Amino acid sequence: MSTDLMTAQLSDTRVLQAIELVWQEAALLDAKDYQSWDALWTDSGRYIIPIDPETDDFDGSLNMVNDDTRMRRMRIERLTSGYSMSALAAARTVRTLSRFTVEERTDDSVTLRSAQILVGFKRDEQQTLAADVTHRIRYTESGPRLDLKVIRLVNSQGAVNASGYLL
Amino acid sequence: MTTSLDPTATDTRFADLADDDRVAGSLYTDPEIFEAELEKIFYRTWVWVAHESEIPEAGSFKQATIGRQPVIVNRDRKGNFNVLLNRCRHRGASVCEVPKGKANGFTCPYHSWSYALDGRLRGIPYPDGYDEDLDKKDLPLQSLRVESYAGMIFASFNPDVEPLDEFLGDAKVWIDLFMKQGAGYPIKTQGEHCFRFRGNWKIQLENTTDGYHFPIVHRSWMSSVDAETADMLSFMTDDNAVTHALGNGHSVAIMVPEHVDLDHDDGSEKIQARFDHIVDELSKTMPADQVRRIVRSMHGAGFNLNIFPNVAMSMSFFRVLRPISVDETEIRHIALGMDGGPEIVNRERLRIHEHFQGPFGFGSPDDSEAWDRVQRGSRGAPGMPIMVNRGLNREGLDSNGHRTSHVTDETGMREAYAMWKKMMNDEH
Ligand code: FES
Ligand SMILES: [Fe+2]
Repeated sequence: MSTDLMTAQLSDTRVLQAIELVWQEAALLDAKDYQSWDALWTDSGRYIIPIDPETDDFDGSLNMVNDDTRMRRMRIERLTSGYSMSALAAARTVRTLSRFTVEERTDDSVTLRSAQILVGFKRDEQQTLAADVTHRIRYTESGPRLDLKVIRLVNSQGAVNASGYLL
Repeated sequence: MTTSLDPTATDTRFADLADDDRVAGSLYTDPEIFEAELEKIFYRTWVWVAHESEIPEAGSFKQATIGRQPVIVNRDRKGNFNVLLNRCRHRGASVCEVPKGKANGFTCPYHSWSYALDGRLRGIPYPDGYDEDLDKKDLPLQSLRVESYAGMIFASFNPDVEPLDEFLGDAKVWIDLFMKQGAGYPIKTQGEHCFRFRGNWKIQLENTTDGYHFPIVHRSWMSSVDAETADMLSFMTDDNAVTHALGNGHSVAIMVPEHVDLDHDDGSEKIQARFDHIVDELSKTMPADQVRRIVRSMHGAGFNLNIFPNVAMSMSFFRVLRPISVDETEIRHIALGMDGGPEIVNRERLRIHEHFQGPFGFGSPDDSEAWDRVQRGSRGAPGMPIMVNRGLNREGLDSNGHRTSHVTDETGMREAYAMWKKMMNDEH
């Protein structure tokens, strides 16, 4: 991680709003309320789980997830249609995001980095997934919205088990 | 089952476990059978370890695992492929823990014994502690047999293994057909998804030749793709969609008959509208027939070729299995592209791969859940068989003398289990 990251500056209302949005998102994902989750995004939002820990060239490499709005909506449709046996049997999850730092601030956006720890339980097993997460929050006329989310799993190049839920 | 099973013993106790139309549920659950499989199958026959594009230059290497044993696959300065046991001859440390890369050789991190790319022991620090007659020639990294066909590199712990050519046999024709998806360019790997499921490796081996599950397990994927793609894969009632048993445990399941030989094009197929932007882009620099040839290859070959025991060439990707324990298996889905081919095509192929494959794909998680359920269910009623008899009522011989039935039938599984039975009963 580069050294010029600012730790989250809680005196900045926009940073506070961004963190609030990230926490709201986490709660919706744990609740598997994917329709409400969809409403948090901008029209050009990108949702990405890369495999290569270094890359920012997501389109030029193989990812676990590389969604634009169309793919994200199809993903939500798949998970909520009742036709996916893995979604029907998905683990129950609890996740926390913390260790926020501000990576960038522009006139209409804040980019946050954070650590996410997720514990999932399915049948007899608990699974832990840890990730560095980047959120770019854009301030639109209708309020702060997710514009980019990149989830870099610590085990992205190892075996990541199929789960039926979203990160 | 007897309880003390010596995997090296000469006996036929496995003969009863696999029949022509059913196998014992214990094939998925008995740890002793698993140990015997490692010895009698994974350490006896050819196991796929790499595609040559993964180790493109002199010094390129990647790690692989055969059964439980870690190996390094590399290309040396003479252009030869080497497969070396990743175990120092001194006190056993692994000499390499980088998944892939480039190296001049391998130096053990523990006491710095150093080895050349072909495994020769090059150096021992402070050699005074050893007898003068210690000969470094006697202590190379263990080398496996290695042979390749059409860029597919296989290795074997068995020095007496038959030539790869014979082992692949009638599967070679299909490997050649599979490679035609390069549309004139060589095939290259472009990344992989890796995941594990809580089930026996043979559940996955069966699945690659299981057309029967497709519209059921993958219904949510089917409904997320365009109508043409869904239609392309609607082989349930297509009489031309068949499975051939190819011998030695190999089989091919044809899902898209019109894409078996991608060089053959009767012109009747409409190019899918989803690829219009690619057609437009390629047409700027390429003649129309070449554009059509490339775009028809976008979904890969029209079949899954199952190579016993650990690799499938599955439409547009390689599926590689690694047995971890009797009830855990690791799967790699390796994406393929055209080496030197148009970037826009290779990127589209990555997106197609992501759509279905991997832990967050629209297909793999559902397969994985189904396989988990097979393992969980088959712990019940250990005496109850697993049925692989589907299609016996309509199985016949094709013009090559291969047993053939519909792609939704279990001919390919029967072929794999016949090989399993043969190898498990061998005297080694
Ligand atoms: S264990 Fe490798 S040099 Fe000692
Ligand atoms: Fe499947």
